[in-house]
Formats: sequence, C-alpha cells, structure tokens
Amino acid sequence: MGRVIAVSSGKGGVGKSMVATTLALSLLEQGLSVGLLDLDFTSPSTHVILGVEGLYPEEEYGIVPPLAHGLKYMSIVHYSLDEPAPLRGEDVSNAIIELLAITRWGDLDYLIVDMPPGIGDATLDTLRLVPGIEFMVVTTPSVVAYQSVRRLLLLLRDLKIPIIGVLGNMVVNRSRYVEDEVKSLGLRYLGALDYDEDLEATIGDPGRLMKTRFGKGVGKLARGLP
Amino acid sequence: MHEWALAEGVISTATRFAEENDLTEVTEVVVMVGELQQVEHEVLQFAFEQLKTPLFKNAEFVLKTQPAKFRCRNCGHEWGFTAEGMTEEVSEAIHFVPEMAHVYIKCCQCGSPDFEVTEGRGVWLATIKGVRKAE
Repeated sequence: MGRVIAVSSGKGGVGKSMVATTLALSLLEQGLSVGLLDLDFTSPSTHVILGVEGLYPEEEYGIVPPLAHGLKYMSIVHYSLDEPAPLRGEDVSNAIIELLAITRWGDLDYLIVDMPPGIGDATLDTLRLVPGIEFMVVTTPSVVAYQSVRRLLLLLRDLKIPIIGVLGNMVVNRSRYVEDEVKSLGLRYLGALDYDEDLEATIGDPGRLMKTRFGKGVGKLARGLP
Repeated sequence: MHEWALAEGVISTATRFAEENDLTEVTEVVVMVGELQQVEHEVLQFAFEQLKTPLFKNAEFVLKTQPAKFRCRNCGHEWGFTAEGMTEEVSEAIHFVPEMAHVYIKCCQCGSPDFEVTEGRGVWLATIKGVRKAE
C-alpha cells in the first residue's frame, strides 16, 4: 500500500466527494494504481459521481474491490444497494472495521478515502485504524464552513496526523480569508478551485468531469501532490 | 466477514494469547460465532486447518453458534434473527458487513430500523486450552 489520503472536511456540502473522486481519477490518469474508498456510510455519493451501479466485490480470501473506470472501488452501496443505512456510532465503527479488515486492495500507489464530514466516530476510527493516513481538507470560502474545518485541523494537529493541506472549493469571490487562516496554523494552503457551473451536468460521466475547469484544477493538484 | 479473514484473525489472536501465557502447544480453541454473520462452519474449519501454525498442530477448533437477538430502540420489542425470506444478495450483504442488518431488517412490531443487536454478532475466542512451558 502506497499513500493513503483522506479527503475530509469539518462540514458537509463543500465538495469532498467531488474532490476525492476527481483526485483518484487524476492519479489514475498518471498511470498509477489507485483505490477509492467511500467511508461516508450514511450519505455515500462517489458512486453517483462515477456513474456506476450494480458493482459487487469478488470474494477471494477476503473481498476484492470491483473496478470502476479503472479505480479499485469500495463503497457501502455495494451492500446497501442505495437503501438508507441508518447506523448509530457503534455500528459505523463496526462497519468500518469490517470493511477495512476484509478488503484486499492489492498493490496500490494511492488509496483515496472519501470521509464523512466532521470529527465523529468514522473520523476517529479511521485515524485509529489506518496507520500513516494523511489528510487533505476541503473547505468553501465561507466563514461557517471554515470554522468547522478549523476544529478538524486542530484535532488532526493534536493527534499528529499528517495534513497535506487545505483546499478551497466552490470559490466565487476571491478572498484571502481561508488562506491566511490556514497559514496562521502553520499549514499548507493548496489553492482555490473556482465554483464551476458546468460540473453538475458531468455527474455520472467521469470522462466529461475530467475535462471541466474543476477536473483540470484537481488534476494539477494531483500532479504536484506534496 | 469472510471466513478466511476470520480464521486469520482467530489464529493471530490465539497465537498472541499463547505467547503471553507461555503456552508451548495449543490443544483446543473454542470459537463463538454470532448467527447474524451466517458464517459457514465448514469453510471456517477448513481455513483453520490450512492456516494453522505448528503451535496448533494438535489443536481442535470447536465452533459454537450464538443465536442473534435484536432489541428495538423505538418500542423495546425483542426478537430473533431468521434468514428465511431473505434474498441471497441481502444475506451476503449481512454476511460481509453485519451492520447491513439495519438496512434490511426492521422491528417486526413497529417497523423501525433503529434496533440493537444484543447477541449473536461477531466472532470471538471463548476459551483456549494448551500446555504451559515448564517452570
């Protein structure tokens, strides 16, 4: 297993899943072996972005993730079939342990993990169970979003978890607010991705997604990944 | 969870226990298997035979099933697990990720998916017997 990158945020709705999926696809375009793990059990959405359904892992001394557009892809929807999965904290923990324990990723250069928002059970379990995990944190320029992100950053810093940096997303009006805040914590600001109104029409079509300004922006980030 | 992964986990935990307790040989390992996961005992037994190290050369692996029980957090109703009427797809989903029970099983009294699995989830080591190193 090469690098494990958790794409995370303090808040939902900032584009984590879009960034995680596009990052995974961008690394794949570089000829790397890449896995994508959707750990957002209550609101999984990477399968919608990828436009895949009916995938089922193969069973062979554990479970082997199916391929989605070349990505080794694991999501709870392989088992929940898009039905609601109303899980309490302990169930989330057990399901994460189960998935991490039985999935055989094989040789990977990168495993990208689409995290659920916040600093609840799923985040704490992932920190505990995945040694060497690094975090890429996504925020919008909103003070509301960043204040939640800040708490996540402080937690990660306290736990000495490597933070690749903070990525601004859905930016409409450029401001230095997030960049200055991130730098004041001694962390790297990974840049800003503009709000891309063409993005919604590419949901379910990764080929088109990668050609958008957003796709190209994430691609550039993937090529220069610190 | 898959039987091979389970067997690996059991052997590794039993090995650690044997080391911590100075056992030179393990003679019996009793493994409790929660009913919810619908683990195939023959496959698990076969995996033990294939995976066992010299420490377990003469060990017998005894598998015991604990029935699964649920308690509804909404109305307090308690009931047991049955795989009857479940499609193979659903049964497999619960086999691999038992928490998927909350997707497919509802309280038979009030219909809530918010229930607790009070018994019969997971696989755990109940007892280990072995020969201790002479003092």
